[in-house]
Amino acid sequence: MSGTLDVVLRLVAVLVAFLVLPLVVGQTEHKVMAHMQGRLGPMYAGGFHGWAQLVADGVKFAQKEDVVPAGADRRVFQLAPAVSLLPYLLVLIAIPVGPNGLVGQAIDAGLFFVLAVMGVGVLGSIMAGWASANKFSLLGGLRTAAQLMAYELPMLLAAGSVAMAAGTISLPGIVQAFHWWWIPWQLIGGLVFFTAGLAELQRPPFDMPVADSEIIFGAYTEYTGLRFALFLLAEYAGIVVLCALTTVLFLGGWHGPLSGSFGWLWTLVKTALLAFVVIWLRVTYPRLREDQLQKLAWTVLIPLGLAQIALTGIVKVVIS
Amino acid sequence: MSPVPGHGLAKGLAVTLRTMTRRSVTHQYPDAAPQLPPRSRGVIGLFEENCTVCMLCARECPDWCIYIDSHKETVPPAAPGGRERSRNVLDRFAIDFSLCMYCGICIEVCPFDALFWSPEFEYAETDIRELTHERDKLREWMWTVPTPPALDPGAEEPKEIAAARKTAEKLAAAQETAAQEGTAQETEPREGDA
Repeated sequence: MSGTLDVVLRLVAVLVAFLVLPLVVGQTEHKVMAHMQGRLGPMYAGGFHGWAQLVADGVKFAQKEDVVPAGADRRVFQLAPAVSLLPYLLVLIAIPVGPNGLVGQAIDAGLFFVLAVMGVGVLGSIMAGWASANKFSLLGGLRTAAQLMAYELPMLLAAGSVAMAAGTISLPGIVQAFHWWWIPWQLIGGLVFFTAGLAELQRPPFDMPVADSEIIFGAYTEYTGLRFALFLLAEYAGIVVLCALTTVLFLGGWHGPLSGSFGWLWTLVKTALLAFVVIWLRVTYPRLREDQLQKLAWTVLIPLGLAQIALTGIVKVVIS
Repeated sequence: MSPVPGHGLAKGLAVTLRTMTRRSVTHQYPDAAPQLPPRSRGVIGLFEENCTVCMLCARECPDWCIYIDSHKETVPPAAPGGRERSRNVLDRFAIDFSLCMYCGICIEVCPFDALFWSPEFEYAETDIRELTHERDKLREWMWTVPTPPALDPGAEEPKEIAAARKTAEKLAAAQETAAQEGTAQETEPREGDA
């Protein structure tokens, strides 16, 4: 009985985090982006500096008509937002927040699970692009597919390097094995992982699949109302997941000064800082062209990822 | 150009971060009143006591958005036996601000200083016909006309003030000479009286 209760409590906690954190990131993006552009951002909703802007947005989206185009593949079209959103919820279950089992569900092959499920999220965009019966959506979907192909590989290479260093693919195990000198050791891998993750989320400057000046909104062009909101939510949930994963794999998760009983706070702080970096990059850099996007992955990130693996292997052999 | 590869990327990040720490330039308009520059063109006020119905403003208006109606009244002679005079009386003066392009030609051209710029600009309406401001409304705007901004310290003296000052000085000089002559003349008759 207590076992069931424990599971339920953990799942509820993960669900709450999944519903709250993306909104926090979204609101932060509103504000940070505005101030980086010399603006104020939302100021009215909720009274104090527009804190309830995303709630208001959610209400607006819920009120809108849910349109399915006549020529669309109905089932697939309606299923796509869920396919792109739910994997991030599943990934969140496996991410350890603090030591001593402060995790939704510790999975032995956690790293495999996390990377495999994150890849599924991108399928939602491809489904949406194909099912919309719209050429702009299709272009966006195909760009998404190309991006997934290009960036999944460096991401896996970088993650593999960490797994090699820790000697385990369990996420809590990886954090347990972390030492501070891993940060310089795995620096290249961390950068590759973070960049590739950004690209997989289709965040600017890697947002070619939704390039609004060329293909309207890519795979999401035909979506309205709540389904569109789910796609947006998936993007922000993706940011949370990516930042949390980078924290766990490369920044040592709950390790930090005075981390005795506040380890979970360290994880959250590092995740929040990375989320800020994600927003910062979006504001600063213009969108990469499609060929630049592919070139960056195949000629820069993959060689760097391979170099990191070689470095990890050499150091590992030397110290053992 | 860039000594280190990625130098430009770092510079871009620095720019956005620096902008974030600075005060934003947004004006929170409906909550905070805007700081309008002097001589702002908001609305046109009519000082109808000065209007002589010369119609110059209505004729010069490029948009033909000024409507003036008037009639003539005869005024009895000022002195007995004189000629009766006729005078223009303003019946209607209206400016259609849905047509007005705020060129200010009417104000420039008014020879009697009956039209003025007011900085008030919040007179949007939901019905376009309400934008035709009639005489009483235009008169009301006059209360919002600010005093003209002060001249620059080195500016030339305004012509009318210069002319008025010259006249006043001349008058004063004349009075002084008259007073001096008067005292001279006054002393003589006093002697004669005595």
